[in-house]
Amino acid sequence: MADLKVALVGNPNTGKSTLFNLLTGLNQKIGNFPGITVDKKTGYCKLPSGKTAEIIDLPGTYSLYPKSKDESIVFQVLADKNNASHPDMIVLVADSTNLRRNLLLFSQVADLGIPMLLVLNMADMAKKEGINIDIDKLAERLGVQVVNISARKGEGLTELKQAIAQTTTVATQTSSILAKDFAPQAIEAIKQKITTDNDYFALQVLHQHEHLAFFTQKEQKEIEAIEVSTGFDTTKLQGEETVARYKHLSKVLTDVVTDTGAAKKFTVTDKLDSILTHKVWGFVIFFFILFFIFNAIFSWSSLPMDLIEGTFAKLTEWGHEYLPAGVLTDLLLDGVVAGLGGIVIFIPQIAILFALISILEDTGYMARVTFMMDKIMRKFGLSGKSVVPMIGGIACAVPSIMSARNIESWKDRIITIMVTPLVSCSARLPVYTLLISLVVPDEKVWGFFSLQGLTLMAMYFISIIAAILVALVFKFIIKAKERSYFIMELPVYRMPRWSNVLYTMYEKSKTFVIEAGKVIIAISIILWVMSTYGPSSRFEAIDVKYDKIEATSTDTVQLASLERDRSAEKLENSYAGIIGKSIEPAIKPLGYDWKIGIALITSFAAREAFVGTMATIYSVEGVDDENGELRLRDKIAAAKNPETGLPIFTFATALSLMLFYAFAMQCMSTVAIVYRETKSWKWPIIQLVYMTVMAYLAALIAYQLLK
Amino acid sequence: MKLSQLDPGKKATIISFTDSEMAVKLMEMGCLPGEEVEVERCAPLGCPIAIRIAGYQLCLRKAEAAVIIIQ
Repeated sequence: MADLKVALVGNPNTGKSTLFNLLTGLNQKIGNFPGITVDKKTGYCKLPSGKTAEIIDLPGTYSLYPKSKDESIVFQVLADKNNASHPDMIVLVADSTNLRRNLLLFSQVADLGIPMLLVLNMADMAKKEGINIDIDKLAERLGVQVVNISARKGEGLTELKQAIAQTTTVATQTSSILAKDFAPQAIEAIKQKITTDNDYFALQVLHQHEHLAFFTQKEQKEIEAIEVSTGFDTTKLQGEETVARYKHLSKVLTDVVTDTGAAKKFTVTDKLDSILTHKVWGFVIFFFILFFIFNAIFSWSSLPMDLIEGTFAKLTEWGHEYLPAGVLTDLLLDGVVAGLGGIVIFIPQIAILFALISILEDTGYMARVTFMMDKIMRKFGLSGKSVVPMIGGIACAVPSIMSARNIESWKDRIITIMVTPLVSCSARLPVYTLLISLVVPDEKVWGFFSLQGLTLMAMYFISIIAAILVALVFKFIIKAKERSYFIMELPVYRMPRWSNVLYTMYEKSKTFVIEAGKVIIAISIILWVMSTYGPSSRFEAIDVKYDKIEATSTDTVQLASLERDRSAEKLENSYAGIIGKSIEPAIKPLGYDWKIGIALITSFAAREAFVGTMATIYSVEGVDDENGELRLRDKIAAAKNPETGLPIFTFATALSLMLFYAFAMQCMSTVAIVYRETKSWKWPIIQLVYMTVMAYLAALIAYQLLK
Repeated sequence: MKLSQLDPGKKATIISFTDSEMAVKLMEMGCLPGEEVEVERCAPLGCPIAIRIAGYQLCLRKAEAAVIIIQ
């Protein structure tokens, strides 16, 4: 248990997260704020006094008045004394090179009356730019302790910890503006209703009570009634308050900040921008970087993925050899271990993608990409900020949909969430790889382009084009709740913080394994049970039939094939087989048989189950052979349609299947995250329906044209 | 004159805003009346634009820059 709860509050790009990592080390965890799904980062820090402080990293914001979902958390946490994250004190992190803007948030937070101190980060950079800050004078005028640090270099930490330990339990900050002057009647009425003696808190409640879940329906109605009766004008009052605060801050900062302008500022950033956002070179470089990411995801991950695959194959083999044979062992190895392997194999790709994305964000390049792409994306109902979730979608839609939270406009954000799952994620990759290797010859075009590689790339292109076109459709259907806007800071270019990159990589991979893992293991077990068991009357009949033939037969070759026929017939009559058969009429026009039907059903919850299901179905069907894993492809390739005797996996079937997997929403984790992010079942259901219809039609057209 | 009409490389001073909702957002990000602003560059397709204000770089769409009155 911590002795003290400390919240970090500050503008975006002030190095707040770096400071958080420095204070807590790896001793941190990401959870959720109760009732809302904004990542809550908490960690522990030992203070010089021997006490332990729990540090809570709140989302970066320019003001207590939120612009996006993420930002609304800050006031929600600070306002609710019963919130588990409500801090005993606040550390406000400010960028020394831009003090006045940063102090606007300070003065708002200070007026809430929670004990606090001010951290001036990037003190070294400010000095380099010729900005001198008299911190003693500043501390005296603000009435709180002020500490200079450089989070990147790790300087000033000891002083900061000392200052945290010394902060009194009673707020000492001097007052800035008189909140009461802005809406005297309304504030008085609120203070009586919600029992607070803080005028500014009452004013904030008037402004943003609809974000505060701790008020009951009745209280919300009463607050609204006060607003109406006193003629409370949110926009006008926010403007007046902001102006008043800046006026006050100008006084505070007189003689505190002196800018000698010693060094020429922003020269490096300016030079880089003129190339990186250039009319031609900007796009060339961007596409080169995209290509690099794409290439890295596949080529760097192939070795670790092979290792993981090999390890799991060995583990299964070893298990079958040494564990006592029986139902439990089969369930453990063919159900649980197979399922686990199916998840762990994606870790290299996800880790590489998120490492690269976090480098791009950390250096400041991602902000330039959104800057360059905004106009194009807007034509399709998206925003420049949609680029990040859509690139992330190449790895996994779940964290990408979560990253859409920093898109301020509701409509832009919903459309981004709706189309991100169309971008081919890494879970589709094994499906594509297997099917391409079955029907596309391993040949080179013009000597060096692999035909299989080009087909794979084409699948990704199709998925991105589909996402953009669907966004365009949604643009005309969805009505905007508020206007979309795009005011964003372009941070200066910096070297990436490697520890942050490593940490993001670790954190995202862990989230993926745990979130997706739960679903996939459950499916693997259910699938194994369903394909091993069936109605007992049918299974008994099969056993009786084959026992009889076996008893009368003496031919050893015939006996071996009998064993295969028996397990094939059992699979056909297992619960999975029965379901697969029952949907066969619906999928026959797409070129699929009941076995593929089983795979479609199991991948309804997670598409990566496809390859595993094919492996299970074809290994249940086949007789034991030494290396079952390796021969999966050959087994599938050899599969014949019992009616026509022709191979099932023709080019038409494989393409139809790939298109189905490209467009279908076969991911329960995504459905769950869309529900959590939109807080309604409406959007995940619309998404599920439109994607399924699109998948079915695309597969139908492809098969009927090509068969 | 509006900020959206200022050519890249030119400087001006913010006078006022024509939209009160946008004004709050812009002021919170440091765009205050009396502050000097410079248009640094346009995005490759002409919009949004990047401006230099109060010691840092901000980007905004042309329609948003049009609510800022400058001289």
